Amino acid sequence: MSKRIDINNLNVYYGSFLAVEDVSLAIEPKSVTAFIGPSGCGKSTFLRTLNRMHEVIPGARVEGEVLMDGVDLYGSDVDPVTVRRHVGMVFQRPNPFPTMSISENVLAGVKLNNKRISRSDAEDLVESSLKGANLWEEVKDRLDKPGSSLSGGQQQRLCIARAIAIKPDVLLMDEPCSALDPISTLAIEDLIQDLKEQYTIVIVTHNMQQAARVSDRTAFFNIAGTGKPGKLIEMNDTPTMFSTPVEKATEDYISGRFG
Amino acid sequence: MTTTTSPPPATEDDYGTHPGAAANRFFKWLSTGAGALILITLAAVASFLLAEAWPAMTMGAAELGESVSFIKPDQGQSLIEIIGYLVYGTLLISIIALIIATPVSIGIALFISHYAPRKLSQGLGYLIDLLAAVPSVVYGLWGVAVLVPVLTPFYQFLADYLGFIPLFAPPDSGEIFTGRVAMSAGIVLAIMIIPIITAVSREVFLQTPTLHEEAALAMGATRWEMIKMSVFPFGRSGMVGATMLGLGRALGETMAVLMIIGPGLTYTPYILQPNQHNTIAAYIALQFPEANALGVNSLIAMGLALFLITLLVNMLARWIVSRRSEFSGAN
Repeated sequence: MSKRIDINNLNVYYGSFLAVEDVSLAIEPKSVTAFIGPSGCGKSTFLRTLNRMHEVIPGARVEGEVLMDGVDLYGSDVDPVTVRRHVGMVFQRPNPFPTMSISENVLAGVKLNNKRISRSDAEDLVESSLKGANLWEEVKDRLDKPGSSLSGGQQQRLCIARAIAIKPDVLLMDEPCSALDPISTLAIEDLIQDLKEQYTIVIVTHNMQQAARVSDRTAFFNIAGTGKPGKLIEMNDTPTMFSTPVEKATEDYISGRFG
Repeated sequence: MTTTTSPPPATEDDYGTHPGAAANRFFKWLSTGAGALILITLAAVASFLLAEAWPAMTMGAAELGESVSFIKPDQGQSLIEIIGYLVYGTLLISIIALIIATPVSIGIALFISHYAPRKLSQGLGYLIDLLAAVPSVVYGLWGVAVLVPVLTPFYQFLADYLGFIPLFAPPDSGEIFTGRVAMSAGIVLAIMIIPIITAVSREVFLQTPTLHEEAALAMGATRWEMIKMSVFPFGRSGMVGATMLGLGRALGETMAVLMIIGPGLTYTPYILQPNQHNTIAAYIALQFPEANALGVNSLIAMGLALFLITLLVNMLARWIVSRRSEFSGAN
């Protein structure tokens, strides 16, 4: 269910522009890894290389290795579509499919993988996924209503339910709370704690308190200046990162001296 | 010079107006006027059609037949019967055009918006817009001179192998001797309406929120699955609108049909046989030059029928779009 990811010497390019330079790090299974850093430092770009979503942008490419349990996701025989079926993703803004009902949204990914699913299996999966996303109690009486009828926080949990319904090995979250109010944010953070029992979770966040609250390990990315590539500055266990960082830049950032 | 003069107290006049108020009022009336003009034009057209068609519609069939050369009640071609044939022919040919044009247009639009490299898609989009600017009489000439001769052997093939379907039945001889049939008119109309349907669909497809496209891709959707999950649902009302725009043009198209089709007045389904069908617009254009006063009244009655069809088609499209507005992609 959950897998480890080893990234070796990864460079990310948009055309000829080097966006992220020479990142090597390891992501442990059944843990939460947080990426923090100032805007434009390449942390989201880097996250999107883990399920090859950055390739949606024309001209984007990588050099280096992303090994998931030893398999290079950029190997010549690897299909990005298959990669994304194993590495789920939750986005900055909630994006349920507006034309689908709540239960259709949950089943959307499953229907892609496995066209035939019996009615009762589908109902069970909707229930277990929504329970897994702490949303079941709130929506169980209106599963046929459009997903867009929910509040922002509920929509984001619906997106998480949709992502875990396909039972991914890894779950990527790109600032999942940045569009949410504090109460909804707390609900998502609690959920992340539950989810890590089963999944490898990687979260990008602007909010350092959030990284401190939810993550086991934290990686700090920084950028030397506009037009320069983003780099991994430091990665360590979260308590160490926030108490005794090795690098000066990390300390400046987490103590609020810049960024 | 140490006395400080306190400013005079504010009066209501100070808050009464502001620069730009007059321009704002002016623009309000300008846009309201433009909106009203549409309604007035529509009402004027409708009342003109009704008033001018009235004499022909109220006159007895036999009486009208005596004074109008193309109305022959004794041969089953009274005014109302002709309108019936023409409405059928118009719808038949327009539907052929739509069946061909819609999938092709949506395919082109998708290619431009989601598949083609950016440089190619810009050039293609420009070409499509150019195609929309070709006058219909040119399409008609091209249809008669180039397309019909090319299509005739294909029709023969259809008739030979699918002739058991009434739609494709050949004339009694079994030979397709001319391509000046409803099918050809439909195909040329399809080519004429492809640009408008493509242009509108492309704009709609391009507006699909990236967020929804990425939602599908991130679950492991292929590009086609992503299009089915995000692009089509989002663009559904736009596609219906685009198709209806195309249908509107097809229903009213005159020259191309007039030049291509061998006209006839029947209710047959034989789209590969000449002298079976005609459209309202082409019929009016055909008869108008030699029509007397009552003849013109009769033709205007046919025009009224066309007006009503177009109105109905538009209302139908609105209804289709609004049916599931709760689930609309536009929120």
